Amino acid sequence: MSVKTYAKAVRDTIAAEMRRDDRVFLMGEDVEEIGSIFGCTADLTKEFGRERAFNTPISEAGFVGAGLGAACTGMRPIVELLYMDFSFVAMDQLLNQVAKTRYVFGGKAKIPLVIRGQQGIGRGNAATHSQSVETIFMHFPGLKVACPSTGRDAAGLLRTAIRDDNPVMIFEHKALYPTKCDVPDDPEFMLPFGKADIKRPGTDVTIVANLLYVKRSLEAAEELAKMGISAEVIDPMTLVPLDRETIVESVKKTGRLVVVHEAHRTAGWGAEVASMVTEEAFRYLDAPPLRLGTKACPLPFNVDLENAATPQVSDIVEAARKVCYR
Amino acid sequence: MMERERAGLIYQTMVKIRAFEMKAVNLFETNKLRGSVHLYVGEEAIAATVCSRLSDEDYITSTHRGHGHCIAKGARLDRCMAELMGKETGYCRGRSGSMHIAEFSKGNLGANAIVGGGIPIATGAALSLKMQHKKHVAVSFFGDGASNEGTFHESLNLAGVWKLPIIYVCENNGYGISVPLWESTAVDRISVRAAAYNMPGETVDGNDVEAIDEAFSKAQERALAGEGASLIECITYRWLGHWTGDPQTYRTREEIEEWKKKDPIVRWGNKLIERGWYTREDLDAMQAAADEEVQQASEFALNSPNPDPAQVLDDVFYEEAAEE
Repeated sequence: MSVKTYAKAVRDTIAAEMRRDDRVFLMGEDVEEIGSIFGCTADLTKEFGRERAFNTPISEAGFVGAGLGAACTGMRPIVELLYMDFSFVAMDQLLNQVAKTRYVFGGKAKIPLVIRGQQGIGRGNAATHSQSVETIFMHFPGLKVACPSTGRDAAGLLRTAIRDDNPVMIFEHKALYPTKCDVPDDPEFMLPFGKADIKRPGTDVTIVANLLYVKRSLEAAEELAKMGISAEVIDPMTLVPLDRETIVESVKKTGRLVVVHEAHRTAGWGAEVASMVTEEAFRYLDAPPLRLGTKACPLPFNVDLENAATPQVSDIVEAARKVCYR
Repeated sequence: MMERERAGLIYQTMVKIRAFEMKAVNLFETNKLRGSVHLYVGEEAIAATVCSRLSDEDYITSTHRGHGHCIAKGARLDRCMAELMGKETGYCRGRSGSMHIAEFSKGNLGANAIVGGGIPIATGAALSLKMQHKKHVAVSFFGDGASNEGTFHESLNLAGVWKLPIIYVCENNGYGISVPLWESTAVDRISVRAAAYNMPGETVDGNDVEAIDEAFSKAQERALAGEGASLIECITYRWLGHWTGDPQTYRTREEIEEWKKKDPIVRWGNKLIERGWYTREDLDAMQAAADEEVQQASEFALNSPNPDPAQVLDDVFYEEAAEE
C-alpha cells in the first residue's frame, strides 16, 4: 500500500500497464509536456517516449476514431479526453462507431479501447467544462461505463478497463484528483466491473451515489448517524454493467432508497436505479425512492449558483430523513 | 505497365461486382431484400484496382456504398448476399445488412453507414501499423460528400502530423444523394484539400483502371517508405440512384447516358483485348463465371436461415467464455 492522490493512482496505473504490455499506449490532448492539466499523465512520455505517450491535435472525433481503428488492429489504446464534456465533439465516433462496431459486425471485432478523462464541478469551469455526462453513455448499448470515487477505485477499475477486450469509458472527477488514500502497489490489483462497493454499511436507508457524491453521501451519513439514522452508502463503481443485486438487496434490508449524483436529475442514471428498485423490490419499500441530481439548468459559473444547482450534503441528509419519515 | 495477370484479376473483380449489384437490384425489386441498398454500379474500377494492390494484412474502411470494396477485398459473394438478406450465414450474422459489412480476416474494417465515419478508423489502423512496424498500408474509401465532414479534415491532419501509412481514396461521383458537388463543396477538385495537410493530392479518371493504378502505386510506395499519407480523388459516376427507389429528379437521363458511354468495364475489357492479353472469349468466360457465382450466392442466401431472435443480445460485448 502507498498513500497517494487519485491523480497519481491513475498515472501510476497507466505506467504499470504500459510496462506490462507493449500494445498499451496513451494519446490525448496535452498528455506530454504538462502531463495533462491535472497531472494524470505526468512523465509518461519521459519513460515511454513519444511513440507510446503522445499529444494529439485538438480533434476529438479524429483521435477517438483513430483509437477505435488502432484497437481493432492489435493495439490497446488509452485515449484521454481533456474534459469529458468534449466527448460531445466526438459523439458519432463514440456512439455510432465505438459502441456498435462489435455488434454490427456480428461479433467479429474485439475493441480493447479505454476512453478516460475528468468531469464535474468544483473548479469554476462553468457550463461546458463542469458537466457530468456518464448517463448518456449508459443509455446506448455497447460501452462499459466506470466512475471511480477514490484513488484506490481509480487504480483498480482502470487496470480492469485496460485489460478488458471491450470499449470502456472511465469518468474521473476533477475535484477528487487531489484526494489521498491507500492504493495497493500490487501490479495485478484489479476491481471487477459490475460489482458495487458498500462504502458504509447501514440498516435504515440506502444511499446510492457515484464520484464526488460518494464523499458527500458519506458526510451525510455521519450527520444522519448523529440523528440515529443508519445509512448504507453504495457506490455502483460501474454503471455498465450495473450491480443490480447489491442495490436491490440493500433496499430489501433498509426499505428506503435515495439516489444522488452530480449528473442532471432529469433522466439521470438515478432514475434507472430508482425504477429498477421499484420494479424489483416494490413490496419492501417503506417510502417512494428519492432522486437528487443537478437541477435542470446548465452549470453556472458563480460558486453560489453552482452550489444552488447541485445537491449539497444537507440535501442528502434531508432526503434521507424524508424517506425515513424523520 | 501492369502485368497481365493482375490486369485480368481487376477485370474479373469488376464484372463480379457489377453482377452482384445487378442481382441485388433484382432481389430488391422482387421484395427479397429490404433496407437501404446503395449500389456501386459504374464505380467498379476504383475498388477493383486499388484492392488488387492490397493483401489481407492491408486494411480498408468502406462506405454505405460498400459492396464493391468488400468484394474487391476478397469477400465471398454468398456470405455478402446472405448479409444483404439479413441471414445468419451472412458476414455479420444478419446484424449489419448492406451498410456495415466487415470481414476482419481480409483486412476489411467495415463499411460505414455514417458519411465520413470510417475515415478516422482507417487512420487509427494506419497508426497501429506504424506502431507495430508493419510494412502495410491502410486505405480509406469515401465519397465526395464525406470530404465536407469534419472527420475527413481531422483525419488528414492527423495523418499529416504523424506521417501515417494511409491512402485516402475519394470516390467523387458528383452527388451527395441529390446535391451536386458544385453546390456543396467550395472547391472544384477535392484533391486540392491535400495541400492543407501537407500531403500529395491527385485527381484521376476514376473509370480508368490504369490512371487509378498509377496514382495509387505512387501513394502506396510513399506510405511504405514512411513518407506519409496521400489523397487520391477518383472522378466517377453512379449509374443508379443513390439508393434503390431513388426517383433521381436531380439529374437528367442524358447525363446518365453520357456516363454510361464511359463504362469502366467496357473500357478495361477493350484495353485487355488490344494488348493481346485476353480474347473476347476469355472476357466472356469471366462474365459467365461471375454470373454463375452470383446466382449461387443468391440461392445460398435465399436458402439460408434467419438469425435466432433468442440471440438478439449476443455480441454487444465480448465475453471471455464466449470465445470460439
